[in-house]
Formats: sequence, structure tokens, C-alpha cells
Amino acid sequence: MLKIEALSKSYTAGVAALDNVSFEVAEPQVVAIIGPSGAGKSTLIRCINRLVEPTAGSAILNGENVTNLNSAGLRKARRRMGMIFQEYNLVERLTVMENVLSGRLGYVSFWQAWRRNYPPEDISNAFKLLDRVGLSGFQDQRADALSGGQRQRVGIARALMQKPDLLLVDEPTASLDPKTSRQVMRILVELAHELSTPTLLNIHDVPLAKNFADRVLGMQDGKLIFDGTPDELTEDALTLIYGEEDWKPEAKAGSPAEQENADSPEQAAAV
Amino acid sequence: MIENPLLRHGLLVLAVMYLAWSLGSLEIDWSRTSQGAERAGRIFSRMFPPDFSRWSLLVRGVTESVEMALAASFIGMILAIPVGLCAASNIAPRPIYLAARGILVLTRTFHEVIIAILFVKIFGFGPLAGVLTLVVASVSFIGKMLAEDIENMGSQQMEAIRATGASFPKVLIYGVMPQILPRYLGVSIYRLDANIRHSTVVGIVGAGGIGQTLSATFSRYDYDFSLAILLTIIGLVFLGEFFSNWVRGRLR
Amino acid sequence: MTDGTAEAGYPDIWRRFTPRQTLVRYVWFLGAVFVAVWSVRHLDIPWFYFLDAHVQAADLAVRMIPPDWSYFDVIARPLIETIHIATLGTIVTFFIAFPIAFLAARNTTPNRLTWFIGRFILVASRSVNTVVWALLFVAIFGPGPVAGIWAVAFRSIGFMGKLIAEAIEEIDEGPVEAIASTGASRLKVLLVGVLPQVLPVIYGTTIYRWDINIRESTVLGFVGAGGIGIQLYASINQFAWDEVSLMLLAIFGVVVISEYVSAMVRQKIT
Repeated sequence: MLKIEALSKSYTAGVAALDNVSFEVAEPQVVAIIGPSGAGKSTLIRCINRLVEPTAGSAILNGENVTNLNSAGLRKARRRMGMIFQEYNLVERLTVMENVLSGRLGYVSFWQAWRRNYPPEDISNAFKLLDRVGLSGFQDQRADALSGGQRQRVGIARALMQKPDLLLVDEPTASLDPKTSRQVMRILVELAHELSTPTLLNIHDVPLAKNFADRVLGMQDGKLIFDGTPDELTEDALTLIYGEEDWKPEAKAGSPAEQENADSPEQAAAV
Repeated sequence: MIENPLLRHGLLVLAVMYLAWSLGSLEIDWSRTSQGAERAGRIFSRMFPPDFSRWSLLVRGVTESVEMALAASFIGMILAIPVGLCAASNIAPRPIYLAARGILVLTRTFHEVIIAILFVKIFGFGPLAGVLTLVVASVSFIGKMLAEDIENMGSQQMEAIRATGASFPKVLIYGVMPQILPRYLGVSIYRLDANIRHSTVVGIVGAGGIGQTLSATFSRYDYDFSLAILLTIIGLVFLGEFFSNWVRGRLR
Repeated sequence: MTDGTAEAGYPDIWRRFTPRQTLVRYVWFLGAVFVAVWSVRHLDIPWFYFLDAHVQAADLAVRMIPPDWSYFDVIARPLIETIHIATLGTIVTFFIAFPIAFLAARNTTPNRLTWFIGRFILVASRSVNTVVWALLFVAIFGPGPVAGIWAVAFRSIGFMGKLIAEAIEEIDEGPVEAIASTGASRLKVLLVGVLPQVLPVIYGTTIYRWDINIRESTVLGFVGAGGIGIQLYASINQFAWDEVSLMLLAIFGVVVISEYVSAMVRQKIT
């Protein structure tokens, strides 16, 4: 389904943000990508739909190499890749419905988009998705009137409106409180499984990743250094990815592990 | 304000020196100037009462000014969109951006009356030169505001729309337009009000409107009619400002 | 959901606006278009002028290049005069604008009548363009920079007075009450309680207006009120386009530099 081959990205300074990353997602599964801030998780996801241009390597989605498509081809390929963002990235002055329908922008004409004149099946699909994410009745609210959790659920509906072959999810819960985070993750993973959509999910929260993902990739300094099931994500594996630390859940408050956790939301926001 | 006494007194001395230099170097006809108060008295006494008897001339001039302002605002508002997009560094490619910025700086630097007189030389006397002048001024003003708004808006919303596979025009109408539309309309309405004010002066160099009539009354020492025109202009500007505030209030 | 057909049980129609809202939007839009079209038609614009406009413009550009550099000796003095007009006009404004601003601010004006007079002066000053003021002052003082200085000052009073009056209305009343409670006279309260709070705004708007006035002063000569405009007008009327282009360049330079200086000074003092 998705094959990443030797994907690399270096910014002008010459530092490699993404260093020769290869892996394959052969079945519809939820793949969590974990790793310290600056490990290149966000760059990896953005290199796949080329919001960031990779410097070398290729990303192949269902047999098509996305990395050497021209701009028209790239737009076609992006239609098949839904994306969900840390800051939700809804168009704030538009209504919930317009935001959800914008997932179909690649399929309608300019004039239809301008007049908000989408095909009936798109509209009923949008209503269904809003219902599935628990926002039925919200269609005429403006996006800037919603809470963070509600916005992210609109973000999920927008991505799924594309009927994507691949979901790219960039830190979906980093701006949400723990309870809302779990709710959003649950909806996201349920829908991904139900629609058999392979999902690449950046996440800094290791327990959430272990809870919800089918497979975990670990990154450090732009390199892929771990690939396994959540069960294989042992303390040794975490030490490999994040460095030496006391990973036991029962580690005492005031120990380095707790401080690390307390810091993580800011770190994630800074990414 | 300025704590350092040396600096404060230094600035004061500099100011006095500047005054001496500037007043000394200006070619001032002091005998003519000294008659100013007396002449002002004569002019003002000739101005009263204002003479509205040639109201048809007045109405024609004012209508022309208002029409020039309306037409120029509308055309300027539309032309400002491409110019503003080209002058936004986060949307336009570098060479286009630099060219558009250059045009904006150039048109903003020159006073409307200079632009008007150049247009009068190209297109002849009359409202056409006036409309074109106001169009240039409007495009420059609205375009600059638009470019700044686009540069300051959230790029994330645009990124999300791009990620859906939308083409550039669709990114504009979904990712950009909703973010900048309210202010764009507000600035355009403000510009209409500014154009009404400026439409009264471009006529002084022959570019149509009430300014042409006003300038003629001064050269004919027709001061009671001048005052009538001035009062009408003040009323018109007042109405324009009122209308502009009303519409902008409605735009939330 | 991957089959692309409508979802049973969910509505398949959604409208962003109610019919009434749609109608209102169309009425606004068509109204604006109608007014613009009507205005253009009513102006009787001779469209055939546009046919050879590009030829004319190209011709003009050719005649403008190269600028007649030797003419700079002639325009140097008027250029400096232009700057003097703007500067002196701004200085005059500085002294006139703030007593009027005290009249026009609700919290410092003695009574409703004085408030009204203050407001009226500000509105009248702003409604009349600098060039129109210049027409009047040329009639009073005769042609020359004196008329220009007064024209610049009279237009700027409204601009600066309005901004200063707004600043006065937003001051912190605490220090003012403290001084008033010591039994100080009204003038003293203004000078000690109010003035220090608005001084930065006064300086800021003065500098800001100064750079606008530089731009305004470049055209005062068109009506005889001094500055570079006199030479510019003469050269244009004699079709001496290589002199015109030199003057446009010089004006461009002066305006850009004054804008830069003004921005820099304002950044320093605020």
C-alpha cells in the first residue's frame, strides 16, 4: 500500500532532518511514529504528501511514486491522502460544513467550490461523518466557535471526506487535554480500521501510541531505529529511541522521568 | 521626555538654528506677506454670504466628483486583488513579488496630483484622467493592505487546504479569502471615502470634478462662490465618512 | 463510504445561506456593480483615447530617458524649499493643534460649546485638502512658500488634533485627580497632569505628519504655493520631459528618505 524508500530531507543548513528512511505499510494498520522532538517525525509525514519537498528517495502509494509527480499529478495524489494536523488547521471563518466539504476540493470544479455547490452524495457523506465524530447538528457553526476537541474532530471528518487511501496524522492530540486526547484517538483509530485506511500517526505520547497503534516506528535524529509491535516497545526499546531514562510507570515524582513528561507538551507545541 | 540636559539643550539650539536657516533661505516676499491679514479680511468679507445661485454648476461638479470616486473605487478594488496577491511574499514567487512591491512603492510615493497631471497630459483634460488617478491611488492603497494581511494570516489554514489536493485558485478561495475578506471590504469602503476627498483636488490640474470649478473661482476672485463650493465639499466629505463608517460597522 | 453513493438517512442538501441571506448578498453585489457602471457611463469617458494610450505612454517614457541631470542645479533650491515648507508647516501645526485638541477632548474641554467648536475646527481642517487650502492662502499671502506653510499647517491641524484628542481621552485619570485635589489651577492640571501623558503621542504624530507633509508639499507649487511643484508644473507644460523625469526621481528620493527617517525616529521615541 505505502512504501517509503530511502527518503531523505536536508534543509539548507545541511543538517539532515530525515536520513535515509525506508519502511513499508503492507496492510491497513495504524502506524504510530514516536521519537524525541526534532527527530524528523513531522518532516517524514510532510515529505510523503510533499508539503515539504524531500531531497532524495521515494514514497510510493499504491504503486505510484509520489515523489516525482508534476504539480497536477501531485494534486491528484494529495486527494488520496487525508491529513490531520496538530493545530487542527481549520479555516476559522468558515462553517463546520464548509470545512468538512473542503476535503472534496480536489474533486469539484472551481465554480462549484466557490458556490459551495457540492454533489448530494458528498453532502450526505459529510453529514454522516459529522455524526460519526459526534458533531451532528454542528454543521452551521463557525469553526472558531468550537473547542479544541471539537475542532480536531472536524479535522478528522475533513480528512475522511477525501475517502483517502492513506491518512497522515501529525500530533493529533498535542494541543488537547488527556481525556479529550483519548476520545479523539479512539474515534480516529476506530474510523481508520472501519474504513481499512492505513494510517501514519506522529505522536509524542508513548502510552497513547502503545494503546491505540497496531505498529510502532521509532525515530531519532532523522533515522528510523525501531520498527515493531506495541508489545515489543520495551524499556530497552524506549532507551534506544529516547536515551537513558527510568521508564518504569511507577517511577517516583521528582525523578527525571516525571520531569520529562511535564516538559513534553511544550516540546510538542514547539515542533 | 529627554533626560540628558546636554542632549535636550543641544536639540533646542539645533531647532533654533534650523529655523534661522530655513526662514533665511526661503524666498519670501515680506511686503506682500505683510498685507496678508488685510487681504484675508477682504477675501473673507467677499466670501460672505456664500453664493449658491449657480447651483446647477455646483451640482454638476459634485456629481462628477462622486461618480469619479465611485467608479475609481470599484475598479481599484478589483485590480487591487491581483496586485495584492503578487505583493504578498508568502504567495508570490520572488521576482513577481519584487516587481509588485516596486509598483506599490512607486505609486504611493507620488502625490495624487502629480499622477493626475501626468494622466492629463496623456489623456487630455476631463474626468478620465481623474478616474485613472484615483484608480492608481486606490490600487496602491488597497493592494498594500491586502498584501500585508495575506502575509500576516495563518499559513496553517492554507496548508490544510493544499493538503486536500486543491488547486491554487481553490486554495485562494478556501484558505486565503475567508481570512482576509472582512478587512479587504473594510479597507475598500474606507478608500471610497478617501477617493471622495481626493476627487475634489485632482480637478485643480484639470482632471475633472468639482476641483476644476473651485480652482476657476479662485482665479476669477469669485470668492462667494468659492465658499459655497467649499461648504459643499465639507458636507460631501462628511457624508462620505458617515456612509463609510456605517458600512464598516455593518461588516462587524 | 468508499462506494461514492449517497448515505441513506442523511440529508443530501446543505445551503450555506438561507434564501433571504442569499438575496441580500446579491442585492449588495449587484447594487455595487450598478453604481460603478452607471458612474462610468455617466462620466462620458472618451474611450477612443485608450486606443493610442500605450503609444503616448511609450513616447513619454522615451522622452523622459535619460533625465536631464544638468537641471539638478535649478531644482536643488526648490527641493530644499519643499522640505522647509513641510517642516515649518508641521512646526506651526505643533503649536496650534494641541490647544485645539484639549478643546476637542471630552475630559479636558471646559464645556459642551467649546467641545463643539474644537470638533468643528478639526473636521473643517481635515475636510479641505492641502492643495485647496493652498489656493486660499495664495490668494491671501500671494504666491510663494508662506502660503504653502500655512496650507500645510491648516490641513495638519485636523489630523494631529484628532489623534491627540483621542490620546487625551484615553489618559489615566489618576494623576490628574491627584493634582486637581491639591487645588491647582485648571491650566496647571493640564500642564502637569495631562500633558506629560500625551507628549509621546504628540511627538509621534508630529513626526508622522511631517513625512506626509513632505509628500503634500511636492504639489503645492501647482497652485503657486512654493516648492518643487512650481518647476515641475512649468516643465510639464513645456513638455520638457527629461527635466520632469529628473524631478520625479528627486521627489521619489526625498519622499522615501523622509519616510525612512520618520519611521526610525518614531521607533526610537515610542
